[in-house]
Amino acid sequence: MDFKDYYKIMGVERGASQDDIKRAYRKLARKYHPDVSKETDAEARFKDLGEAYAVLKDPEKRAAYDQLGANWKAGQEFRPPPDWDAGFEFSGGGGGADAAAFSDFFESLFGHGFQPAGGARHEAGMHVHGEDHHAKVLIDLEDAYRGASRSISLRAPELDSTGHVSTRTRTLNVKIPKGVKQGQRIRLSGQGSPGMGKGRAGDLYLEIEFNPHSLFRVEGRDVYLELPVAPWEAALGATVKAPTPDGPVDLKIPKGTTRGRKLRLQKRGIPGSPPGDLYVEVVITVPPADSDAARELYQKMQRDLAYDPRSKMGV
Amino acid sequence: MTQNTLTGVLLDERTELSLTELSDACSTSTEWVIELVHEGVLEPVGRQPNQWRFSGTSLKRAHAAMRLQTDLKINLAGVALALDLIEEIETMRERLHRFEKDDSI
Repeated sequence: MDFKDYYKIMGVERGASQDDIKRAYRKLARKYHPDVSKETDAEARFKDLGEAYAVLKDPEKRAAYDQLGANWKAGQEFRPPPDWDAGFEFSGGGGGADAAAFSDFFESLFGHGFQPAGGARHEAGMHVHGEDHHAKVLIDLEDAYRGASRSISLRAPELDSTGHVSTRTRTLNVKIPKGVKQGQRIRLSGQGSPGMGKGRAGDLYLEIEFNPHSLFRVEGRDVYLELPVAPWEAALGATVKAPTPDGPVDLKIPKGTTRGRKLRLQKRGIPGSPPGDLYVEVVITVPPADSDAARELYQKMQRDLAYDPRSKMGV
Repeated sequence: MTQNTLTGVLLDERTELSLTELSDACSTSTEWVIELVHEGVLEPVGRQPNQWRFSGTSLKRAHAAMRLQTDLKINLAGVALALDLIEEIETMRERLHRFEKDDSI
């Protein structure tokens, strides 16, 4: 197991006062709160932070932790010295963060002397709701148009008969309904942790996230596409093939289309009520002058068109 | 391990939850949910609490409100403000992402 440097996690000196620690915690908790932060490791950092704070805010635990000495480095292989906690008495309690998810390092130091508040504290005869579980599901944009099934592997901590926490992997096949949006959630009742006593099982929430797409961008239920168009198609008008997540369509480019013009294909966005729209943004691309014939054509245009793209710039 | 395919409930604008269903799903009291409504965090349809109907997206907001209140010790007015700002930032992020061009075309 790796050593965790709680002072480093909280960004404070070893000599920091309890007030400093509280301030640092509040500040970092706001920064890394998973509902606020979009940093990919926000959740892990928030957990680490909760764990660090649970130790450093509690003078007993902090004193015990300090006794390990300042020579340990974060990530270093760690075994608690024998009887390291002799002479310390942990009154338990505290927590606040999701203490059920604290690290092995924490467990090895404060183990069963510590019971998280509002966490996995169970007593005989109690009826407790099982915890809800949350997971992200990555789907393709096309799946939102058609619906899909996904096989999802979830790792969940589980208490075994001896009261130890072990990790269990389970696989679920889940139907993704047609018309889902980024960030939307699917609730699977009773698929979270089992309840204690007569308490009901928790729920499993799956949050939808789209894989990045090479062609399309998504905003809510609206979908955006940049469509390359040749200059003559834009100038003269044309019917061209355009991809959509639902398969290719014939798209009419009006005569005299200019760069950046947006064509709206109603109800061709993500299905729903109301369905989204598909916006096609026209990008006029310039053919290369890489042959004598092409160069001649460009020279002819230069001679015959008298076109000044900068006429309105006063130069 | 083979299993049947599970079908969940998509929590979108069309899903409807009663006050009790929403409170149960958050493992909280109806009083707390009523406070959220008074603070404008949740906007159910219906006049009386026993007629209230919450959309599926309310549940996500209620869960987030609960985490923000517990983890960051902010009061409900602060939670309401944070949720509105977070939502606005998410919309802007999606929009920004749309304009972030890559050179693939």
